[in-house]
Amino acid sequence: MKTKTFAIGGIHVDKHKISSQSAIQELALPEMVYIPVKQHIGAPAKIVVKVGDRVKVGTLLAEADGVLSASVYASVSGQVMKIEEVNSGQGYLETVITVKREGDEFEESMDLSDEIVREIPDNKEELLKIIRSAGIVGMGGAGFPTPVKTNIPEGKSVDTLIINGIECEPYLTADSRLMEEKAEQIVIGTRILNKILGIQHAIIAIDENKPQAIARLQEITKRYVGVNVQSCKSIYPQGGEKQLINTITGREVPSGKLPLDAHCVVQNVATVYAIYEAVQKRIPLFRRVLTLSGNADLTPSNYLVRIGTPISFILHENQVNMDNVGKVIAGGPMMGQAIAALEAPVTKTTSGITVLSAETADKPETSACIRCGKCVDACPMGLMPLNIRAAVEENDIAILKSLHVQDCILCGSCSYVCPAKIPLLDYCKIGKYELGRQQKAK
Amino acid sequence: MYKISTSPHMNSQQTTQTIMRDVIVALTPAMLVSLFMFGIQALIVLATSVASCVFFEYFFARRLKLKNTTSDLSAVVTGVLLALNLPATMPIWMTVIGAFMAIVVAKMAFGGIGKNIFNPALVGRVFLFISFPVQMTTWITPRFMDFFNIDATTAATPLNILKHLGAGEQLTTGYWDLFIGNIGGSMGETSVLAILLGLFWLLKQKIITWHIPVFYLGSFAVCMFLSEIVTGAPRFDVLAHLLSGGLMLGAVFMATDYTTSPMTKKGKIIFAVGCGVLTYIIRVFGSYPEGVSFAILIMNAFVPLIDKYCHQYVYGTGRK
Amino acid sequence: MISALLLNIIVLCAIAALAAIVLYCVSQKFMVEKSPLEEAIFETLPHANCGACGKAGCQAFAEACNQADTEAFAQLFCPVGGNEVMAKIAKLKGMNSTQKARTCAVLRCQGTCQNAPDKMAYTGLKSCRVANLVMAGRGGCPNGCLRFGDCIAVCKFGALSLNPETGIPRIDYQKCTSCGACVKRCPRGLFEIRPIIDGEQVYVACRNQQKGAIARKNCSAACIACGKCSKVTPLVTIDNNLSYISSDIVPQEYGQKLADECPVKAIIYRTHM
Repeated sequence: MKTKTFAIGGIHVDKHKISSQSAIQELALPEMVYIPVKQHIGAPAKIVVKVGDRVKVGTLLAEADGVLSASVYASVSGQVMKIEEVNSGQGYLETVITVKREGDEFEESMDLSDEIVREIPDNKEELLKIIRSAGIVGMGGAGFPTPVKTNIPEGKSVDTLIINGIECEPYLTADSRLMEEKAEQIVIGTRILNKILGIQHAIIAIDENKPQAIARLQEITKRYVGVNVQSCKSIYPQGGEKQLINTITGREVPSGKLPLDAHCVVQNVATVYAIYEAVQKRIPLFRRVLTLSGNADLTPSNYLVRIGTPISFILHENQVNMDNVGKVIAGGPMMGQAIAALEAPVTKTTSGITVLSAETADKPETSACIRCGKCVDACPMGLMPLNIRAAVEENDIAILKSLHVQDCILCGSCSYVCPAKIPLLDYCKIGKYELGRQQKAK
Repeated sequence: MYKISTSPHMNSQQTTQTIMRDVIVALTPAMLVSLFMFGIQALIVLATSVASCVFFEYFFARRLKLKNTTSDLSAVVTGVLLALNLPATMPIWMTVIGAFMAIVVAKMAFGGIGKNIFNPALVGRVFLFISFPVQMTTWITPRFMDFFNIDATTAATPLNILKHLGAGEQLTTGYWDLFIGNIGGSMGETSVLAILLGLFWLLKQKIITWHIPVFYLGSFAVCMFLSEIVTGAPRFDVLAHLLSGGLMLGAVFMATDYTTSPMTKKGKIIFAVGCGVLTYIIRVFGSYPEGVSFAILIMNAFVPLIDKYCHQYVYGTGRK
Repeated sequence: MISALLLNIIVLCAIAALAAIVLYCVSQKFMVEKSPLEEAIFETLPHANCGACGKAGCQAFAEACNQADTEAFAQLFCPVGGNEVMAKIAKLKGMNSTQKARTCAVLRCQGTCQNAPDKMAYTGLKSCRVANLVMAGRGGCPNGCLRFGDCIAVCKFGALSLNPETGIPRIDYQKCTSCGACVKRCPRGLFEIRPIIDGEQVYVACRNQQKGAIARKNCSAACIACGKCSKVTPLVTIDNNLSYISSDIVPQEYGQKLADECPVKAIIYRTHM
């Protein structure tokens, strides 16, 4: 199979996939879970339980409020203790529903057996409804409600469904493990999406450094006509939506437009697995697979975790040596968010927890720009980060606009490669902020 | 208290210092050849040049209250490049003046590393070349492995001979001697082999891309080749021109200097072709036999303009 | 020898003369007509080019003044030059000038290192606008000052400086021209241009919209929306757990009382400004 890649930029990062051989294990259950009502892009879900209510695993806690929203389910059985605003990992307040665990009881409607259900319901509307009610959102990190993404509006057409099995973030292996262990379920989930979109074909894109996952899925897809596996060059940010579309189809998403405008729908493998569970097994989204890894003193693992589990609990279960921890990141080290409060819960979009040791937690000291142009070569969007930096320092909005700063996908390649260690991405962020603010003012 | 910061939380291992270290490694073959060929005199010029470059950078950074940047090794690179552009017989005090021009006038006066418009080593060389033309063009014949022999036998460089080659005459120096560096000339420019080894290292370590060396040498060769076809004169011998003089050193180490070359691939190609054509014009029509330093310095002046007009293609804006 | 020298001199002089002629012709051809009145107005302006008047710069403001009729002129005001400059321009135009009360920028936050001690360790680019994207603030208040001083960098008049003791910017009221650059720059919108009435000012130095108990956890000077101030005068309103004093208030009348009433000392009453 020919390995494909995207046309512009890209960088080679140190992979550190130290947890790739550890099988997914179910994490012990915490005493308390904290379930945020907003784990997605859009309106917070409307709370439907009261303090004191008894809930089971899979009981609806908060219902989607409008189209751009997603329902939230209880991930443990027990009693609703509090509904309050608490500090999130970054210190901002968010509304969470606290459930105290008692035992582990499931809603009866769920099918928890390991048996693979292959027969797919035929009704497109019915399928969309199940996905909507299961509260599924893009689990790769963006958190965009999946039903909105798969429901094609009038006047748009889709000819390519891409399943994103690329995990270009260093350290993270959750998706790769999922593809190895739940290969057929993912293919069935892909078939469900095929049905909803009304197209016959789908491409599962996997990066070339996961030969086991590629082999496993190739074997399975022999039995599913129309679903193909595509090996992609292991280069960052191959898993970016815009880059992956370019890799697979050679097309580009027009500036400021959505993948739909390139006639593509891209879904992450974890999302596809959640779709399989929701449609075939009637299991709403109450758990996810995540990687715990990093260069701190820990055991690299892949866990099946209940949503709402505090990150501190996961670290404790793994017996992470907390003395040498400098930074805890929700997500991978390239695009993840550093968190200050470890009580912050795992959400639908937490694909991993990266723990960095104290020595590597600080940003490196910067020196003068030597105009090497490495950031220009690295940028997968073809931007010129060093010029953006100069424009930000001059606060010249017109130049920022001409430099297309709003097209930045925040992948951080520029900051990563810079030999002077200038935080170029930070300047791009300021540029986007200033440009956005000025456009809002108009 | 755990740290909070913006992404990315990882950085590449490459720093300005490691880049400069790789350039020094790439220059090592040329330095070794100069030591083998020109003995202790070469060592003196090299040591003087590097030491004075580092001293000037340190001293003026302190005077101008700038951050001390000597540890990034860029001054060492400038010192080595300057030395390799000088003849081995260069008096010490002249080398120091060259280093002063390179570091203080061409680099620190513009604000230090990354802000200079012209290649510092070339500014130093051209200043010395104009001020002390006799010393700068007194070439001695190489004395292989004869380390302490300082009896100078002066010799004309192949380029000089080439320039004044009449019809029917032939260059007496063989291509092989030109290739390995068994000729008179500046310390570092004689051995094409050593420079190519350096180029290989720079490309392998991804310090530079192939665009500038290839397009520089290519455009120069094309111009020479066309002249050779049209006139048939032996003074347009393409291979001899490519192998002699500072062309290789310039194309590999001088024109590829980050700060004074364009950023985008398109810009690099325009810059390199400009350098190649200018070198050809100066070598053929100018009064100097050599034109590499002037060609690169002239093109350096155009870099801001090239950078202004050569932007990357931005994803999703539609290729024309 | 002499003749060669002479020739050189003549050639050089000829080139110079030719260049001068070309320059003169081009400048004549592309000369922009400017009215003497506009020039005169431009001369009286402070030339800060800050854009606080809403125009692109001083030249644009002068042009607008020149073209304005009485009605439009009343809308124009140069906050940097103030009443004095506007009076001069009005005299040039033979119109009545707009007179505005003295104003200055105020920082509506007291999240100092003492009131809101660091809870998070931030590493990276020291910029409020970046830090605002990744955290609620070192002190934990999602509305408070981030203490990296983006506003200081943008102030053209040197009116802002970082107070090393408190960690938050302090404003030099004599130097502040109310240009509004800091208002635009602060990602938390903590600055407000407020009038100084008879050298006095009173305002709520807090923007935290969390409930009192939560706000107090992070900052000892946070407004807890207790409502005591709103009982003093209806010019004080409470919205989103936050008190706000209207800029119509007369500080001499209520200032001291409001400051005394506030249990968390979030209301600042300044005199002799």
